[in-house]
Amino acid sequence: MSDRTAAAAPLLKLRGLEQVFDTKKGPVAAVGGVDLEVRAGKVLCLVGESGCGKTTTARAAAGITRPTAGAVEFRGKPLADMTAGERTAYRRAVQYIHQDPYAALNPTRTVASTLTAGLKRHGLVKNRAEARAKAAELLRLVDLTPPESYLDSYPHQLSGGQRQRVNVARSLAMDPELLICDESTSMLDVSIRVSLLNTLGRLRDDLDVGFLFITHDLAVAKYFAWDGEIAVMYLGKVVEHGPTPEVIGNPQHPYTKALIGAVCEPDPDLARANQAAEQLRSAEIPSLTDLPAGCAFHPRCPAYEPGLCDAAEPALERTGAGGRRVACHVVARGRRTDDRTLTLDAVPGSRRPAPTGAADDPNQTTGAAWSA
Amino acid sequence: MSDPILSVRDLAIAYRTGRKESVTAVSGVDLDLYEGQSLALVGESGCGKTTLGLGLLRLLPGLGEITSGSLTYRLKDGGRADLLKMKKEQLRRFRWNEAAMVFQGAMNAFNPVIRIGDHFADTLRDHSDGRRWTKAAVEARAGELLETVRLDPDRVLQSYPHELSGGMKQRALIALAIALDPQVLVLDEPTTALDLLTQRSIVQQLHELRKKFGFTMVFITHDLGLAAELADRVATMYAGRVIETGSARDIFHGPKHPYTAGLINAVMPVKGERPALESIPGYPPSLKAMPEGCAFNPRCAFASDECRRSRVELELLTERPLAMDHAVACRHHDQVRFQRKQKENANV
Repeated sequence: MSDRTAAAAPLLKLRGLEQVFDTKKGPVAAVGGVDLEVRAGKVLCLVGESGCGKTTTARAAAGITRPTAGAVEFRGKPLADMTAGERTAYRRAVQYIHQDPYAALNPTRTVASTLTAGLKRHGLVKNRAEARAKAAELLRLVDLTPPESYLDSYPHQLSGGQRQRVNVARSLAMDPELLICDESTSMLDVSIRVSLLNTLGRLRDDLDVGFLFITHDLAVAKYFAWDGEIAVMYLGKVVEHGPTPEVIGNPQHPYTKALIGAVCEPDPDLARANQAAEQLRSAEIPSLTDLPAGCAFHPRCPAYEPGLCDAAEPALERTGAGGRRVACHVVARGRRTDDRTLTLDAVPGSRRPAPTGAADDPNQTTGAAWSA
Repeated sequence: MSDPILSVRDLAIAYRTGRKESVTAVSGVDLDLYEGQSLALVGESGCGKTTLGLGLLRLLPGLGEITSGSLTYRLKDGGRADLLKMKKEQLRRFRWNEAAMVFQGAMNAFNPVIRIGDHFADTLRDHSDGRRWTKAAVEARAGELLETVRLDPDRVLQSYPHELSGGMKQRALIALAIALDPQVLVLDEPTTALDLLTQRSIVQQLHELRKKFGFTMVFITHDLGLAAELADRVATMYAGRVIETGSARDIFHGPKHPYTAGLINAVMPVKGERPALESIPGYPPSLKAMPEGCAFNPRCAFASDECRRSRVELELLTERPLAMDHAVACRHHDQVRFQRKQKENANV
């Protein structure tokens, strides 16, 4: 990938994105202030447990819902300010691949009919023959070959993996610049999942498509977003964000560490060793309607320190080089005690938490040990 | 060690698809399971693992039918019984007392309009032989079980299923399955559809429960990481047959069937470097159009003309006690080289 694309403006920019839903129990902030970017040919992976706001973020990014605060910008233009024509172009450029390959296809349409509907709607093909040829080409792109044996099939005649490939092919019909994949591989079998991810990776590299990729599976995130970035979300906020090899190889936030530690490796010897791993203080996620004070993760966090973590909400701060951002008091304090003399690079828009007494106490080294 | 607790011989299960038509979902399964073992049935969707699991308790849905074979259990009183010869009333007493099932999809396994407490009462009363369960006795037993899975009995027993999270439901379901202290527990995809950290806590609790109650476990999963975590033994299924079986170490450290090796190689590691993974080409066959010969041959790199003509039975590779033998149904097993790099595991 060239420097040109890296230097160019991001394809998609989420700026202070908030999505508050009104419920009977009062307003629920499903997404509470998310700042992220996706660049052409790059992958941004959102990971987290159910209810952490990753799908809500994706839906707002796709323009399906209107955020209650903040903005979604596509090629530097806020979605809210787009003219009707710009919005049509945006809708073509950004495509969404759903989680469930069984529900996302109309059961009464053949594959050819599904694939050509968008083409016809946007006037991209002149006649039937051309539409069919284009559909065949799309099927080849997603490795459904020979296309002739799939074009006239109905969804019920296809397996889950084949259906998900048809979904991908449909989204590619519009020559998208950005694909938003919402758990698009989670319902597939392992072997099928790898081959679909390999196909998607080829699209990313050959067609320079940017990806906002949502998954709860860190191994999938690692595999697909190795050259990209991972943002770990917890209860509507990003708690750790950075280049994939760093986040996976050297996680800083206790939540990221817990997620990585919870992955089962296919090796009984490792699994035995894993049983001794540190446990969370609670397995249950707090409700969004009743968020804990301070850091939302503190009731489950193994590094929890009373008085520090339950007092104020930690800010998502840049830590060290390499563009890593972490929202954790303990990590932040460890860093400050470690290199108090170093000037922290100023990050535009980042807030420093109020200095705590603990930061000046040289005996308090838990944070340093934890982040080491 | 005495007899196996469960012996399956030449089991075949078919689903009726029409007046005179049926498809065979499981065939030729032989299994011996000894007390306290935990066996993982692994394979892709549609390989027959759930059908086999349901078959072990004769819980097949209406159109499913065990067409041949035998299923012999050693009962709590030391006697032996062939499940296939049991009458309805005997089956009722057998299920939950001797063997129980945790169904797939904790989300939907409870009746949504019945409180969790009443599920316990119904199960205990229906499947107990002769024992009367008073309200207090039900509450005491259910409370004890829920506490072992770290749920608050006062809250959970009064709750309707929708008031609990997925992880809580799954734990309640496991507690319900072991309510009558069965010897064998069959779990169908016990962690699928749960969050990662919830999965981890379920795994931890299954370990604790096994230690405490000592039941024998058969669990069905497509997640090889989970199998490595929970199983002493693994049986890989493909197109309705067991194609490789062995101890967890044999299977995960040296799989001999190209399909098992492919499955393990397709698991994405979270630790270490990012390897380039290979997938198994193609898709599993339809039960209606099974390929001639070895069912895996269209997807297999080693397939020869012989494989396309006929399949082979399980061949013993390494003999081990308590039915932990490593056996594989592949004539090219000596060509399978397992390549999962050990290096990337070194820095764990």
